[in-house]
Amino acid sequence: MNEIPLLSLLTFLPLIGAGMILFLARGSEADIARNSRWGAIWTSGITFLVSIPLWFKFDQSSAKFQFVEKLEWMPQFGISYHMGVDGISLLFVMLTTLLTPICILASWDSIKDRVKEFMISFLILETFMIGMFCALDLFVFYIFFEAVLIPMFIIIGVWGGPRRVYAAFKLFLYTLLGSVLMLVAMMAMYFDAGTTDMVQLMDHSFPVSMQPWLWLAFFASFAVKVPMWPVHTWLPDAHVEAPTAGSVILAGVLLKFGGYGFLRFSLPMFPDATIQFATLIFTLSIIAVIYTSLVALAQTDMKKLIAYSSIAHMGFVTAGTFTLTTQGIEGAIYQMLSHGVVSAALFLIVGVVYDRIHSREISDYGGLVYRMPAYSLVFMLFMLASVGLPGTGGFVGEILVLVGLFQVSPWLAAFAATGVILGAAYMLYLYRRIIFGQLTKENLMKIKDLNAREWSIFAPLIVLTLWMGIYPSSFLDFMHVSVDNLINQVETALAAHGQSLLAGR
Amino acid sequence: MPMAQIPNWIPAAPELFIAVMIMALLMFGVFQKQSSAADGINTSRVVSYMSVAVLALALLITVAFAGDRVAVFNNLFVTDSFAVFTKVLVLFASIVTILMAQGYLERHKMARFEYPILILFATLGMMMMISANNLMSLYLGLELQSLSLYVIASFQRDDSRSAEAGLKYFVLGALASGMLLYGSSLVYGFTGSTDFFQIAAAIELSSEHGLNIGIIFGIVFILAGLAFKISAVPFHMWTPDVYEGSPTPVTAFFAVAPKIAALALFMRVMVGPFGGLVAEWQQIVIFISIASMLLGAFAALNQTNIKRLMAYSSIGHVGYALIGIAAGSEAGIQGVLIYLVIYLVMNLGTFACILSMRRGDQMVEGIHDLAGLGKSHKPLALALTIFMFSMAGIPPLAGFIGKLYIFMPAIDAGLYTLAVIGVLASVVSAVYYLRIVKIMYFDDVTETLDRTSEKTIGWVLALSSIFIVALTFYPAPVMTNAAKAAASLFAG
Repeated sequence: MNEIPLLSLLTFLPLIGAGMILFLARGSEADIARNSRWGAIWTSGITFLVSIPLWFKFDQSSAKFQFVEKLEWMPQFGISYHMGVDGISLLFVMLTTLLTPICILASWDSIKDRVKEFMISFLILETFMIGMFCALDLFVFYIFFEAVLIPMFIIIGVWGGPRRVYAAFKLFLYTLLGSVLMLVAMMAMYFDAGTTDMVQLMDHSFPVSMQPWLWLAFFASFAVKVPMWPVHTWLPDAHVEAPTAGSVILAGVLLKFGGYGFLRFSLPMFPDATIQFATLIFTLSIIAVIYTSLVALAQTDMKKLIAYSSIAHMGFVTAGTFTLTTQGIEGAIYQMLSHGVVSAALFLIVGVVYDRIHSREISDYGGLVYRMPAYSLVFMLFMLASVGLPGTGGFVGEILVLVGLFQVSPWLAAFAATGVILGAAYMLYLYRRIIFGQLTKENLMKIKDLNAREWSIFAPLIVLTLWMGIYPSSFLDFMHVSVDNLINQVETALAAHGQSLLAGR
Repeated sequence: MPMAQIPNWIPAAPELFIAVMIMALLMFGVFQKQSSAADGINTSRVVSYMSVAVLALALLITVAFAGDRVAVFNNLFVTDSFAVFTKVLVLFASIVTILMAQGYLERHKMARFEYPILILFATLGMMMMISANNLMSLYLGLELQSLSLYVIASFQRDDSRSAEAGLKYFVLGALASGMLLYGSSLVYGFTGSTDFFQIAAAIELSSEHGLNIGIIFGIVFILAGLAFKISAVPFHMWTPDVYEGSPTPVTAFFAVAPKIAALALFMRVMVGPFGGLVAEWQQIVIFISIASMLLGAFAALNQTNIKRLMAYSSIGHVGYALIGIAAGSEAGIQGVLIYLVIYLVMNLGTFACILSMRRGDQMVEGIHDLAGLGKSHKPLALALTIFMFSMAGIPPLAGFIGKLYIFMPAIDAGLYTLAVIGVLASVVSAVYYLRIVKIMYFDDVTETLDRTSEKTIGWVLALSSIFIVALTFYPAPVMTNAAKAAASLFAG
């Protein structure tokens, strides 16, 4: 235990900021808006600063949960407020604290209506996201996991596009339907294991007859969140209708909930079922990779195209996770992190031109390189990162996942690799249509290049993408021990039931 | 000559106190000068506040005399932690609804002093129900409550809808009482007693010789009668009409106090005298629970009147509460009690919102009248949003904690199907709760509502929303008291 409850501080700082904005932002409409914006950026900025010590104080040689806090909460069912991070969750926490201030900066001018409510929702959302990654108790995890829906529903529904109501309801109900089944499974786990503590549950071995049911219940929840084909349909709608910041946080952080959940629950707690259902996951992932890439090729809406590309990328994540190899799992985590940065940046890039022209149709653009050279450069960098060009963050994740898949089956790797090719096709095609070509559209003639605020948004993301691509060790070092530990847990659990990883395949 | 024995009346002190004070207040009201309309309003105000004081004092007495289980008056009347817990809820519900009603009654020219008196009578009946330990005292309490409720349902006597609500409630209620009586007589016939302790003993004795069909029939009829009182499917038909037709403060009262009292009675009867027959009544409770949850979820989808919507929502909530009873365990009863606390607060808050839906002195009840509330009445909209998300059971709000404590014992008892249907129904019901949030925040303003200036309503809104948000962070007091209450129910 360390003296300062760093994780709780991190989790609830945004909530305190939201409370201050709620009660303190007074005065005229313009005053309230200005105060809320500054309040939100200060709060999220400080939260980011508070999260930096995590990075430096974290002991990379230990697979144990660190910065642990534990308080009794609902003792009747042994539920405690238990927080802690390991090498897997730490980086997601950092990703969240980094992306939130960026999102707030991105909505500085584009959100004009009900600014105060927007900023409050966003800070509350940050609290829930950080809490979710830090939670080490089943029900604490569940509370944060599902609570995210409330601010997200409001952000999409109030500040979204024309079909926002439909998109908000779809997001809410899809996710809720999945997660209530997980809730039932969690209760069943409690009565089998007698604890809701995730650390203890990872060591508990659930009866083999029970595992498939539990696994499926968790799958129902995480598959929707990832999202996996065929329960992905909420995502394009939500992305298209959400305001830029909403899309960024959705792609950057919320989609990681599913992948994180698989790593945290499905693998270590239900290893037998994991082996049993791995083929199902591989099939769905490969379908997701190929099918959604083809769908992306046909899109005419920029945001929708990026949304479909997200699904394809997340297909890599799920496939990599279930290879149960060091490379596959590390690749999956890395892919999630780099996707968190890159897709967030891509949505911000769309947001830049959307703020100027108010259209997301690809056909409304063309020849932007003549008016916006800097923008074109930034776009190119992230486009290539999304494709997986060596030297960018996207490459490391993809290659690791492919290596992991190859160990399971070369065919799998071959199918997954076609996704990479298709990814290059739709991203380059998108880039050509928007940036190159003749500058003929009337309203594009006077379009302005990136301003200082936008540069400040992109700068950290550019640095991060290149850093992740050029020197991945600084991130991978965090994961090694935790991932090895995870694989060990799976192996021990399997051995207990007289199976082994290889025999499972 | 043997001295007439003076019974120990201390356990019944709150009831006796209320009963005496009702007489006093009634006399006071009758003998007030009633020459002008202003006099009438004055009297009603004074009686209202005095009733609140009476109830508050009764609440204090209840808490002060709380202790171990004591049965008095030849075991007709019992008091224990369970009774104290539920009585506190009922008294609290009555106090708040009387306070919220005053402004409405005055605006609608129905401010008559009989209103708080009737509420007092009903509350007295409910407290009797909660403490009943005999089929006779059960019936007396139930009827005292019901008859007062029939009258206040039609309290707006110039309004045909209100009169219709009262009449409908009375006719169906009388039918249910008949069934309950019939069931009671069967149970009496087959066990030879109306005393709960002796019924339990008789059932235990006879269980050695196999099932007694007569008792089972009796239980079924008693369950039917009680299901009517808690408006569980298939005896729910009166609920939407009565909720919609009654004056709004009356609806608010109906939604909370009688529900809590009837559920408390339900628990006492099922666990106490019929505790030995869990396996028999469990199937019935599971059925009405599932039916209530599903009906509450699906039938509410198309409602446009908010009071009707709340009626279906309450049917659904009763379905959830019944899950805890179906589990048949101490943890299950504890879950129901926690659920009732949260249900009470959410409903008081929501009805405070409904009571502030006014446009130019006219109450509006359509959910579309809430359009744009998120812009025009920010605090009100925020509070209603909190209540709606909480009713849908979304964490971190209190509604989720309630559901958690209901589903946990059900899973423990192996009722997986029930739990899964329950959570799925909660997803369906989320649709209509969300729809209200959508109307308030996503839709544009058509016609704004008046600003409410009533202090009481504001306080109710503020306190209940704080409770709903804060419970998750500090649930211990509610949990421990509920656990104690549940334990006392099983102690006997």
